[in-house]
Amino acid sequence: MAKTATKQKIVAMTGNAGCALAMKQINPDVVAAYPITPQTTIVEEFANYVANGVVDTEYINVESEHSAMSACIGASAAGARVMTSTSSQGLALMWEELSIASSLRLPIVMQTVNRALSGPINIHCDHSDSMGARDMGWIHLFAETAQEAYDNTIMAIKIAEHKDVRLPVMSMHDGFITSHAIDRFEVLDDADVKKFVGDYMPKHSLLYNPNEPVTFGPFAMPAFYYEQRKQLRVAIDGSKDIVMKVTDDFAKLSGRQYGLFEEYRLDDADVAIVVLGSTAGTTRYVIDAMRAQGVKVGMLKLRVFRPFPAEEIAQALSKLKAVGVMDRSDTVGTLGGPVYVETKAALYNSKQRPAMQGYVYGLGGRDTGPDQIETVIGDLVKVVKGEESPREAVTLLGVKE
Amino acid sequence: MATIKELSRKPELLTGGHRLCAGCGASIAVRQVLLGANDQVIAGSATGCLEVSTTPYPFSAWKIPFIHNAFENSAATMSGVEAAYQSLVRRGKIEKKMKFVAFGGDGGTYDIGLQSLSGAMERGHDMVYVCYDNGAYMNTGIQRSGSTPFGAATTTSPAGKVRPGKPQQRKDLTQIMAAHDIPYVAQASISHWKDLVKKAEKAFSVDGPAFINVMAPCPRGWRTPNEMTIEISKIAVQTGFWPLYEVEDGEWKLNFKPKELKPITDFLKPQGRFRHLFKPGNEHLLETAQAEIDKNWSRLKKRCGVE
Ligand SMILES: Cc1ncc(C[n+]2csc(CCOP(=O)(O)OP(=O)(O)O)c2C)c(N)n1
Ligand code: SF4
Ligand SMILES: [Mg+2]
Repeated sequence: MAKTATKQKIVAMTGNAGCALAMKQINPDVVAAYPITPQTTIVEEFANYVANGVVDTEYINVESEHSAMSACIGASAAGARVMTSTSSQGLALMWEELSIASSLRLPIVMQTVNRALSGPINIHCDHSDSMGARDMGWIHLFAETAQEAYDNTIMAIKIAEHKDVRLPVMSMHDGFITSHAIDRFEVLDDADVKKFVGDYMPKHSLLYNPNEPVTFGPFAMPAFYYEQRKQLRVAIDGSKDIVMKVTDDFAKLSGRQYGLFEEYRLDDADVAIVVLGSTAGTTRYVIDAMRAQGVKVGMLKLRVFRPFPAEEIAQALSKLKAVGVMDRSDTVGTLGGPVYVETKAALYNSKQRPAMQGYVYGLGGRDTGPDQIETVIGDLVKVVKGEESPREAVTLLGVKE
Repeated sequence: MATIKELSRKPELLTGGHRLCAGCGASIAVRQVLLGANDQVIAGSATGCLEVSTTPYPFSAWKIPFIHNAFENSAATMSGVEAAYQSLVRRGKIEKKMKFVAFGGDGGTYDIGLQSLSGAMERGHDMVYVCYDNGAYMNTGIQRSGSTPFGAATTTSPAGKVRPGKPQQRKDLTQIMAAHDIPYVAQASISHWKDLVKKAEKAFSVDGPAFINVMAPCPRGWRTPNEMTIEISKIAVQTGFWPLYEVEDGEWKLNFKPKELKPITDFLKPQGRFRHLFKPGNEHLLETAQAEIDKNWSRLKKRCGVE
């Protein structure tokens, strides 16, 4: 564990309890949420904080996720600091509202506990829910561990509300694997979190200055729509610097330094795996074992998926010989999972670039053990040795034939 | 209640120059409702004629803070605004007294937004929900809704060779809202402005949720002359198509009691959307329409304790 800059407590709790704790420490003005496995324990835990007066948040027990996001939009436009949380079908039901939240530039923070999308209905982890919402104008942060899920929640507030960002943020962690397993991690003092997130006062709102009334959500025809979408692109592209500024400020407070992504043993690597979420832990373990056998392998663990750090990724991977990208969601009907397709595209204009292969793994909570990571690394080594040419088709790991 | 003179001195919160059609009932409904507010009001609307016509970017006809989110969630959106208000007041960040009103058309209320409305009312937010009912999805070109009357020709229930317009009767939304047992529910019409403004005043003054269903004709969809809007609203009331009543803390009260209802044909005849009902051979359809009115009227009178 890194050197801590401020007094912190070591706790043993689930990722979801950590997220609920972060919400408690933030004490948002409004929370509107609807339960769904595996997110449920977050909203239950938060309901306990409300019921016991630990927070004085206005907690809206909405009748659906569509209304959860609708109420969050209303509350955020009103001028409040707003949070929510969901998974899978809940996120799918919010879909219409997601792009309204971002286009209205409302800094709503949502913990998304990744779960496979129906059908068939399933409750376990994959990333198809948030990946399905990747083009909605939200910032997407992924956590590997409960520590990261807790930390990202706190940082998400500052990123979202920054005057040059004003965008909603989704903070992801893996359903059950991270959400329900008890983990050991460090938590900040309530007072430190309160100070870090600061007070929120939006420039425009429904409630703070009714004498200068604002209309939110007007009808924009072809003469105006396009420019508003351009503003969204400019905002999310520009948010990369703010994400890093907040991340660095957080490191000063907590001693935990994150980046847009983490490079693990990448410096002298010939081959590498790109992955996000909890599987990064397994990948690190396999890399250490294979390094001991002399295989020069490393990992790029993505933390910020939106805005996609294409330039930085290209720089980090261009000198490698072969890269395998692992997606815990499939984008059927095209080349492979979203992380693969975008990573490959990011490298296309580099003078030097690695051979690339796409892998889909762990759909619907299928266990992803070290053997699958070893398979990927083995494949990549074969490509480097010229024994195999890079595969065009995506490989489905761990699927029964 | 304020006198007409006092009302006339109140500032217009929905200004002129919006793009609703001449003779549209929606803006009349909104202006009468807003006359009933005595505190700062925050308004919202569902997608529909009212919203698109009052907020063509970069313009807005709303002289009060206003939010449009989407079609089915005007109630949920306003419940978020109201919750934010409660929170910010409790935290000492806002002091001013404010009231909240969400508008929705019949499509956005009876149909796609019913769940969102029911949820918001059940949760008890201190807000008013107003449905401006013009009996179809007008904004998208006059498609049928759960509020479209029996027999009406719309673009998705056209009067054809084998189907004479909408085959189903209307959904009674006002009674559904009364069943939520909220502090105040009312049905009103723009033709009876005094009654409507009074109802709006009551709705704004109760502590908790209130619902008003307002008859707000659409000359385009009803195929009536622009200048007939108020008159046809009045006929809707006189024929018992649109009874005026209120449910205050569970007490049902009929606000308009004619000795005898005018025949429903008085309401149907002037409207182009019912023209086919008057063709020879369709007499039974007119009888069905009248029978439905009679049944509903006698049930409502019983509920209101009127003989
Ligand atoms: C989810 C969704 N479905 C459909 C539409 C298309 N749509 C917009 S307004 C509207 C009809 C509105 O009807 P109503 O609520 O009665 O209001 P009016 O236009 O009659 O005033 C429809 C179908 C939409 N905007 N959103
Ligand atoms: S179409 Fe009907 S409801 Fe829409 S603005 Fe015109 S008159 Fe009003
Ligand atoms: Mg309508």
